[in-house]
Amino acid sequence: MLSKIKQLVAFYEEVLSMPHRQEIARELRDEDDLFFLLLYSELLGIPNPVFYYTLELYPYMIEEFHEWHLRMGMDKSPMVGIRCC
Amino acid sequence: MNGILVAVIGLVIFALGYRFYSKFIAEKIFRLDPNYVTPAHKYKDGVDFVPTNKFVLWGHHFTSVAGAAPILGPAIAVYWGWLPAVLWVLLGTVFAAGVHDFGTLVLSVRNKGQSVGTLAHRLVGQRAKILFLFIILILVLMINAVFAWVISNLFITFPASVFPVFIQIPLAIWIGYAVYKRSGKMLIPSLIALAIMYIAAIISSRVEFLQIDLVQYLGGEDAAGWFGLSSVGTAFFIWIVILMIYVYIASILPVWKLLQPRDFINSHQLVVGLGILYLGLLFTNPTITAPMTNATTDVSWFPLLFITIACGAISGFHGLVSSGTSSKQLNNEMDARFVGYLGAVGEGILALISILAVVTLFSSKTEFLATYSSFTEANGAGLGVFVEGAANLANGLMIPPDISTTIVSIIVVSFAATTLDTSVRLMRYIIAELGMEYKLPVLAKKHVATSIAVVSSAALVLLPKGPQGFGSGGYLLWPLFGTANQLLAAISLLLVSVWLKRLGRSYAVTLVPMFFVLATTLYAMFQQVALQWSWFGSDPNNLLFVFGAIIFVFAIWISITALSVLTKDKGLPNDSQ
Repeated sequence: MLSKIKQLVAFYEEVLSMPHRQEIARELRDEDDLFFLLLYSELLGIPNPVFYYTLELYPYMIEEFHEWHLRMGMDKSPMVGIRCC
Repeated sequence: MNGILVAVIGLVIFALGYRFYSKFIAEKIFRLDPNYVTPAHKYKDGVDFVPTNKFVLWGHHFTSVAGAAPILGPAIAVYWGWLPAVLWVLLGTVFAAGVHDFGTLVLSVRNKGQSVGTLAHRLVGQRAKILFLFIILILVLMINAVFAWVISNLFITFPASVFPVFIQIPLAIWIGYAVYKRSGKMLIPSLIALAIMYIAAIISSRVEFLQIDLVQYLGGEDAAGWFGLSSVGTAFFIWIVILMIYVYIASILPVWKLLQPRDFINSHQLVVGLGILYLGLLFTNPTITAPMTNATTDVSWFPLLFITIACGAISGFHGLVSSGTSSKQLNNEMDARFVGYLGAVGEGILALISILAVVTLFSSKTEFLATYSSFTEANGAGLGVFVEGAANLANGLMIPPDISTTIVSIIVVSFAATTLDTSVRLMRYIIAELGMEYKLPVLAKKHVATSIAVVSSAALVLLPKGPQGFGSGGYLLWPLFGTANQLLAAISLLLVSVWLKRLGRSYAVTLVPMFFVLATTLYAMFQQVALQWSWFGSDPNNLLFVFGAIIFVFAIWISITALSVLTKDKGLPNDSQ
């Protein structure tokens, strides 16, 4: 009986927290997108003095970049410099 | 007739509808595939696209669609007797709303989780998308005006509800801060907030000093108010202005600061409300005193009943939720039946108990007929009668009537206020989108779009003159709200029909309710716009005529689009097969 009640409370809390979790994730993602933009602004024609170093991060962000352009509705990578697909 | 018996019959019909009709649609028409990779998996991003447990998703879907509208519509529609209202809620939910919510969810799942607006563009064309945006714009404008009136009306009728409702604002801001900035759990803070609100309700019900009664401050109902208005008219004016200032601020704040924490509290209120009503019904065991059918002379039940009860029977707004958020979080395609169809059933259950709360309140049929003496009276009094009816049921749970009246009015005001917040925000986005579409970038600015939204809504709610003067006639807009909502539902059903036709499946299950909803809406619009509000009508009203005429033209436009699209045969993109 007690475990059933605990299960019910957990379910109720999950229903409540769903939109909240989504909002936090969205904000975090927006910040990440901005961070990517700062790292790779050179590819968009905005001079970036540390581009030589940020380029070293290329292997780490390629998958996330692929997910980003899919999310933005582009089936193929929009930038020739980044060949994720 | 016994109230519990009607509730039981209603719940059995809902259960049969879910068990058999939705199963038939899922298997034979939509042909749901357990192996289909849903957008939640295909585009999983941890934000919008998140595979979610079907019970959790249903809970979220239901709390998003349930609001004050399935309470107000039925409370007015019992004017024609309880049977027509109950039948429309039951049959509408089983054959129209369930199919609509379920259909838009499946359509969106099969099309990358896109919203119905985008799908209108894809399936019908650019014109359909613009038409869609305009219909939504009119719908949200009506929502703003009607709900501002609803809240003002409740504040004037039940002054004890003002204090607890305003306490909810700082409480919501506190929860937003506690949960968002400190990443705390939200169940406990939101329950504490709810408890504080209800304690405030108990205190304000008993302490007259805390009852903010503007009409009394202005010298009572018969006294003169400001600008040549009556005291009640002035009270409406003041509350509407305060509400508009509030929604302006609320709709430009980030959602986590006010809107979402209010939703957390309101989710509890939905559970509390449904619990009070159904348990109260069980313990009170009331008899229905209202007439089964009421032969009226001023306004006929056909077709107005079908637009008076929109939410609770079929509502276009649900399609926006189904395709906007729920479709992106569906774990397995087989869950669509549970989330979509049962979400509509949840709303039907709320509408059913609203009817029962109203029709069991009166001591005799004569008393009912005295309150519901004309359609105008029913429009004005419906909501107040619901609050008293619900308090009457709560009496069965040993809650004193003055306290339960305050708590029920708080629940209705909270629902209406959240709807108002969301719809002003939505209107701002639509104005911005239309601004981009028509190369007017100034409309995309936050304060410009919000100002247009708030000023136009305030103008719309203040202009119609009710029996108590300026500002008190917001309920005159209710049929227009119902019409815009039904039109949106008709377009969504049309989109599902087009999709099914292109797949070579039977589309009668969506086309029949679509034509029914469209035909009753068109007929009701014609009656009201041409025969009532026009210059040669029985009750000329320029404002309602202009708005009614715009919606009427849209309705005709949609009918033509419906016929032309259904006769064309285009191929579908592979991903939506």
